[in-house]
Amino acid sequence: MAKRIETVDLSCYYGSMQAVEGVSLTVEPKSVTAFIGPSGCGKSTFLRALNRMHEVIPNARIEGTVLLDDEDIYGPGIEAAAVRRTIGMVFQKPNPFPTMSIYDNVAAGLKLNGIRKKSELDGAVERSLRGANLWDEVKSRLNKPGMGLSGGQQQRLCIARAIAVEPQVLLMDEPCSALDPISTLAIEDLINELKDRYTIVIVTHNMQQAARVSDVTAFFTLKGPGEPGRLIEVDATQKIFTNPSEKRTEDYITGRFG
Amino acid sequence: MTIADSTQSLRRQSLRQASIPRAGVAVLIAGSIGLAFVLFAVTPLQGDADFVVVAALLSVVILVAASWTVEGRRRAIDRFATSATMLALILTLLPLGFVLGYVIKRGAKDFNINFLTHSLAGIGPLDAGGGVYHAIIGTFEQVLIASFISVPLGLMVAIFITEYSRSSLATAVRFLVDVMTGIPSIVAGLFVLSFWILALNQPYTGFAAAMALAILELPIIVRTSEEMIRLVPAALREAAYALGVPKWKTILRVVLPTATTGITTGVMLAMARVIGETAPVFLVAGNNFFINNDPLHGQQASLATFIFINARASSDLQVDRAWAAALTLILIVAVLYVSARLLTRRNALARR
Ligand SMILES: Nc1ncnc2c1ncn2[C@@H]1O[C@H](COP(=O)(O)OP(=O)(O)O)[C@@H](O)[C@H]1O
Ligand SMILES: [Mg+2]
Repeated sequence: MAKRIETVDLSCYYGSMQAVEGVSLTVEPKSVTAFIGPSGCGKSTFLRALNRMHEVIPNARIEGTVLLDDEDIYGPGIEAAAVRRTIGMVFQKPNPFPTMSIYDNVAAGLKLNGIRKKSELDGAVERSLRGANLWDEVKSRLNKPGMGLSGGQQQRLCIARAIAVEPQVLLMDEPCSALDPISTLAIEDLINELKDRYTIVIVTHNMQQAARVSDVTAFFTLKGPGEPGRLIEVDATQKIFTNPSEKRTEDYITGRFG
Repeated sequence: MTIADSTQSLRRQSLRQASIPRAGVAVLIAGSIGLAFVLFAVTPLQGDADFVVVAALLSVVILVAASWTVEGRRRAIDRFATSATMLALILTLLPLGFVLGYVIKRGAKDFNINFLTHSLAGIGPLDAGGGVYHAIIGTFEQVLIASFISVPLGLMVAIFITEYSRSSLATAVRFLVDVMTGIPSIVAGLFVLSFWILALNQPYTGFAAAMALAILELPIIVRTSEEMIRLVPAALREAAYALGVPKWKTILRVVLPTATTGITTGVMLAMARVIGETAPVFLVAGNNFFINNDPLHGQQASLATFIFINARASSDLQVDRAWAAALTLILIVAVLYVSARLLTRRNALARR
């Protein structure tokens, strides 16, 4: 079920501006990989290149290769929509569909991809909401608007929506940065549970969070403003936070960055 | 002296500053109006409109002068600016009030349920009675058909501009749409007359009028829908893309539903805008004193042509009917505008 992602010499561009340069990285299945690094170093850009969301932005393009279990997701004949169904994404700001109920939000991915059978949808909605630890809180009001939930609940709703289409990989871009500490804890617990079934990549600004939830940590940085971001070091989280091999990683983690 | 002390003393100072109370302002304005009365009584000045202007100017001058002596220069300038904007507001609202008041006053005479439910069939210029039923039917059919033509077209153009075209092409299309906004309504009517009726040899019908109105509605609908579609946050599109939903389905099932209330408001305003069009409708739909429910066959009346024809007729009875029809039209437009406002208020996107 969970799959491995491997990038080979991946560079990302916005028009003529290069945002990420030459990243080669492997994300192992059923593990949590955290991306850390200063703002603007290209973490989000790189993450979005992993499920072809990067190309949604006008003039954005990539060079290099992204392999999903040895299959090139940018290869000829590969459909971006199919890639995104396999590699789901949760965004920084919770973004439930405002015109839809809680139920419809979770079912959206299935419905919009042509699944209509009520029993199938019902099952998927319950399974996904349970998977996102939200079922008990919303089961009595599935037909209420998704926007009526609290921020933390909305984010878990978005996670439920993402796992409803049964992806193999889940990309999360700072999923807790708009949330309070309690909701953050709920999401972190959830990530711990989800990693039994999914390959998870999480971008975070919170060093403690990276240390708490991830197995592997990748540190990105950039030389200066206008320079592309680079991968500096990737290793077991334990090692990155206690004994990194790179001086720059140590400086960043201990707060001596800049 | 500490900072706290100095702010304290500042506050006390500003509290003590002399100012004219509200009641004082009222007295000054009342006095100005009284003075205007006296002036109009003893000098050759006369006329209602002149009186309003003189009273307003006197009020401003006296209020500002009083403020200058009592409150000082800064407050006097403030008073002047405030009263100038108030005056501008009143001047803008006065014509509107007069038009509304006059139409209601003249139109109320014939306006009743009988008027709304009867046509002019068998009613001569010197007969009382009769009504606008046939014209209301015509207006509704023409405007609805026009919207049925222009809403899908306009929506598709708006979607093309916002979602599909490269920026240069979008700019060109947007420019053309702006040019269309400027088309005089009579030109739209002439176009339908020469193209549809004369060149293609089609009859004068309500449908022909609907086509002319559609041309006028189209640019309004394109521009309002475009704005509303732009208001839909990119995050929602991205959420749908990230679920593997193709672009066209994202637009149809996520973007458009989110923008619906705004688009509906735009459509209503476009309808309100063309419902009073007279020239193009008269030109290609002609007129009818009988009820014609069929927009595809035979000439058809509309409220606007009804008003136009009856207002310039010689009989007072006909002129009265024109006023009542005007009142009917204004009421319909008012209902459209109020519904549009209510919808806008419910529109979560516009509020953000
Ligand atoms: N949509 C975009 N268009 C152009 N440049 C962008 C866009 N998004 C991000 N960038 C640029 O790409 C670089 C990397 O940004 P990002 O990936 O968001 O960094 P991070 O997520 O690490 O903070 C930044 O210099 C940023 O200004
Ligand atoms: Mg980011």
